[in-house]
This record gives sequence, C-alpha cells and structure tokens, in this order.
Amino acid sequence: MTTTAPPLERDLVETFPFPFPQDTYRYSTNVEPAGKLVPTPAGQWGASMLHVDSEYHHELDERAAILQRDPSRQQVLPHMRPAAWDAMLTLMQELGTAYPREFTLTRDDDGTFTWINRKQGIEQRFTYADETTLPEPETGPLGFIGSQVQEDIALLDQREGQLFVDAGIITFAADWSFGFDVGMSFLEIHGPVPRVHDMGVIARAQTFLMRLQPSTPYRRTNWTLTIGRRLDVSTEVYHEWGPDRGWIQTTDDQTFGASVHLRVEVQHLVRLPDSGAVMFLIRTYMLPLEQLARIEPWRARTHAVLQELPEDMADYKGFISYRDRAVAWLESQAPSS
Amino acid sequence: MSAPTLELEIADITESAPEVSTLTLKHPEGRVLPSFTPGSHLVLECSGKANAYSLISDPVMPTSYQISVLRIHEGSGGSRWLHERQPGERLTARPPRSAFAPQLKARKQLLIAGGIGVTPIFSHLRAAAAWGIPVEVLYAHRPGHGAHCDELKTLAPGRVRCLDSRAEFAAAFAEAVIRQPIGTHLYCCGPEPFMDIVVGTARGAGWPPGRIHTERFGIDALDPGDPFEVVLTESNQKFTVPSGISLLEALEKKGFDIPNLCRQGVCGECVLPVRTGAVLHRDHFLTEEEKESDEQMMCCVSRAREEELEIAL
Repeated sequence: MTTTAPPLERDLVETFPFPFPQDTYRYSTNVEPAGKLVPTPAGQWGASMLHVDSEYHHELDERAAILQRDPSRQQVLPHMRPAAWDAMLTLMQELGTAYPREFTLTRDDDGTFTWINRKQGIEQRFTYADETTLPEPETGPLGFIGSQVQEDIALLDQREGQLFVDAGIITFAADWSFGFDVGMSFLEIHGPVPRVHDMGVIARAQTFLMRLQPSTPYRRTNWTLTIGRRLDVSTEVYHEWGPDRGWIQTTDDQTFGASVHLRVEVQHLVRLPDSGAVMFLIRTYMLPLEQLARIEPWRARTHAVLQELPEDMADYKGFISYRDRAVAWLESQAPSS
Repeated sequence: MSAPTLELEIADITESAPEVSTLTLKHPEGRVLPSFTPGSHLVLECSGKANAYSLISDPVMPTSYQISVLRIHEGSGGSRWLHERQPGERLTARPPRSAFAPQLKARKQLLIAGGIGVTPIFSHLRAAAAWGIPVEVLYAHRPGHGAHCDELKTLAPGRVRCLDSRAEFAAAFAEAVIRQPIGTHLYCCGPEPFMDIVVGTARGAGWPPGRIHTERFGIDALDPGDPFEVVLTESNQKFTVPSGISLLEALEKKGFDIPNLCRQGVCGECVLPVRTGAVLHRDHFLTEEEKESDEQMMCCVSRAREEELEIAL
C-alpha cells in the first residue's frame, strides 16, 4: 500500500513544538514557565497557553464526533462543578488575550458575562455558576468550552495531600483511557510509566503541581510516535489503531515516511484561580517524518534520540516494533555529503 | 520568588468595626483584576514592609478587591500605615496567593472565626453560598467589635452566629463540633491561642486532622532569609546575597547564565556544586541524603545556614 500524505498547511510546520533539546531523551520534571516564545529552525511556538491553528475546525469537528460516539470521554464528578466553571472562564480569558480579534469575553455591569467566538459564530450571554444560561446545560461549562479549544482538558482536585483527576474532556488521548482513569490519583495514573518512580519524577511533579499559583502557569512537552494522522489513539479504540503497528514494519519507504508522525504534546499546568483546582491542558501536534526530515536539524536530532532511546521507554511509548525502521528511515534521509 | 506586582488604587475606605478599616482597591484604569481562590491573601507593600491581608470580596473576574485591616498598635507598623491611607492613593500588591483553599469535596463547611480572622472566613462563606454548599459559621469577637456580621448573615441567613463572649462561643462550638455530618470540613482563622483551642476541641471530638484547616496570620511563601557571603572558587569572586534575593537572582545580576526552569526548587535545573559551608536547603528536588551531604544546592530557593558558602563556579 502506497499513500501520499495530503499537503500540510504551512503553519503546522512553522508552529510545530519540536521537543528535543538534546540528542538523548529521558524522563524529567521538565517544566518551565508558560508563554515563552521558542524559536525553531522552521518558525516558532509557545507565545500563548492556547493555540489556534489551521486545524481548528477540523479538530473540533473530530472531537464532537468522538463525544457523540463515546460520551465517557467527558466527565465531571459532582464536586468538580466549580472547577469546570472556573476552567471555562479561564480559557475564555486566555483566548481573548491571545486572539482578541476572534474571541472576546466581557463582564457586564449586572455581573453576567458575554462570550463571543467569531471563528464559530457564537455569541453567548451567561451567568457564572448557572448551567441553564449555557446552550447545552447537560454538558455544562466544560462541554461548552471544550467545543471551542483544540486542547484536551483535565481538571485535578487537590485534597489530602494529593491530586485526583476528577473531571475532564479528553478526546485525543495517546494510549490511555480517560474514562478508566477518572477519579484516580495522580500517582495511580502514572503507575505504568517506566523508570520515573525510582527517580522520584512523578512524586516531584505532584509536589510541584500542588504548589502552583494562579498567576504563574507552567508548561512541559511530551512525545511519542503515531501511525497515521490520528488524534484519537485512546485505549477505547485500540482495535482501530493497534494493528497499524504491524503493517508499518513492512510497508515501502515512501508510505513509512508519510505515515509515521512525531506526536508532541504541549501540556500546560494551571492553577485555576477561583476553585483552586489544577487544570492540565494537553495540546497534540503531529508532524509526518517526511515533513520533519526536510528540516535537517530536526531530522538529525530525532534520529539521534530514537537510536539512543532505551528499550523500556520505546516499549512504553508504543513504537518498539518499528523504532529500528524509523531510525533507518531517518538515516536514509541524511543529506549526502 | 519575584512574582509580578499589581498597582492598585484605593477607591474607598470604610470602618467595619472600631479599629478595622475596609479598603476597596481597583485597577487604576478600571480593568478586571485576577480572580482568586476563597481564603486567598493579597501581599501589600506597606512603607517598606510586606503584609498579607485576606481578600473578602467577590473572587471571579472582580473589578475590585476588598480587604479589612485591623490596626495593630504593637505591630511592625504596616497596619498603622494602611490606616493612614486616603482614597485615590496607590498601593503595590503581589497577585493573590491561595494557602487556605476550600475543599471541593466537602459535604459541609463549619467555619470558625476569631476576631479579625473573620476575613478569610467571610470569603469561604461567600463561595459556599454561591455554590450551594451547606455551611455553618461561628464568629467570636469582642463586644462591639464584630466586623462584617450583617454581611455574613445576609449571605447565609440563619447559619451565622456572631458571639461576643468567650463562654458563649465555647458552649456553641462544643455543641456544633459533635453534630456535623461525616464529610464536613472545619476551617478556622483567628489568634493562635484561639485556633489551638478550636483544633484541640475538634481533635478531642474525633475529627481527623485532614478535615481541619487553619489559617495563620502572615505569608506562607518562603521567608526572605538572612544575608550571606558567597565565594565563587572558579571565577574568584566574593559578594553578599542580601535578604529577599535568591542566590540565583544574585548570580544573574553578576552576569552568570545559570540554567533554570521552575525557580521554586522543584525542577532541579539550577543545581550548583558546593565546596564548603552549610546549606539551608529549601527545595523539593534533592533527597534527604543529598541535602545532608551539602555537596550541592538549588540556588533558586536555598541559602546559607551560616555566614558563608563556597561554590565551585
């Protein structure tokens, strides 16, 4: 089977958050203050917490379709109602600040709010903490804002010296299941990740999150490889994407380069100001290797990282079966000297 | 450590009780101020000192902040200075900090205030009323000195008792503490001896520690620390790190480019090798053994335990 990827919008390359600062990759508590612009060989990324790009309508249509098929991707445990409202208002303020021409939130004199999303033609007047003032009271504030940002959203309650993932709208999970994890503690959710527990990385990350203050959001990146331009690689639909790991090993080089994507998550860590909950935003970017290889520093760096990556990490990240092929493919794209 | 500051204009000053001034603060251009978690405090610069005051006003995208300040005669002078301010004057504040947040899972809230400790309790009551969380308030104050009693009662009619004698409060609390439903959280703010009695009584009645929350007056952030001398052995330099300035900030001022990310002792990026000297470790990165060995330090938060540190830099 030979496929040619459809042409990628230029902004998807220019704003791609290339995740490797070094030739080796290990887990670390790699957090840094949000909002810092990062120049890359292809452009730049990172100026704002929320990022609207040329995939906006396409990704939000996809999210809507996933939620229709599987409503378990969106859940708000009862005590998280204030956090859901807080998240919505915080995200609206962020959108208004980052993209003032497209989005506006105003607080009216009577205490109600008016939200305008020009990209989707929405104008909604609402009262804080009153679901009946939203278009769909059943899905509430999280459902409303979740249909207007490309980021997945998880909301964590802080209690008894721990964090618990008690609400969220997660349609683009990379090999995990929000419906399975909801209600679990932060440590439980990260149980399967290799290496990090002995190193204390997860416990330290939790300590960090519990000390977050609203005025200073942070961010980090995470990454894996994904076959095909598939945002929803959740456990729920493993039967749809799992088999790709088989045929990819024997396909021709052109299809390999077009199909295998470097998948990067830019995650923002935000203390919600009113509820005190922690908001975890996960924005997923994918760049096919054939595009990535056209930027030589990215090709060389990705080649080095994949080649050196220890077995257990490549296994956990789900690409152990085609890691060697990816290394060889990237090698083959090196400029001839 | 150095969060951005907010310039605020005093829009109004009223007396909420004898010796208690309530200040209404606004953005000079009328902009919306940062939202805050109930129980948060604002750190105000008061003529060279930094004082923390609990916010009592509406927390969601507010156009003003309100604080109530008790004049403390024997204090360091911050409250006296604030009491001398006039509307139209400006103040410098750090953004609101939360260290006394309501538990979202609480089935009910039992709020206990003593004296000016009513301020964060006011904020908690406002939130409980807004979200329809069952709540009960006991507020002990000196006769004639109850601040905000009427406002509390308006927020939660029939759920607030303002008590102006110790005996009355003790009896009311002793009764209230044993009849709360499982899952109730107790929040208490007031003078230390008052909180000791409240916590002791609740513990004695079988309340688990995780259901009891107290707010001490003051700032929860790391204290500014004492000044100390630093000797850089590689670059042959010696200088003083003043109180309130981190070693990282001091090194940056000297032109050093120290790798760093979180600047609060968690990420481990700004680690420095220590040659000699005892380190006051305040980070969450190094293990206990590493801290005891004093071979490295996180320069964003940690300082010298004694007068001098030698760093291999």
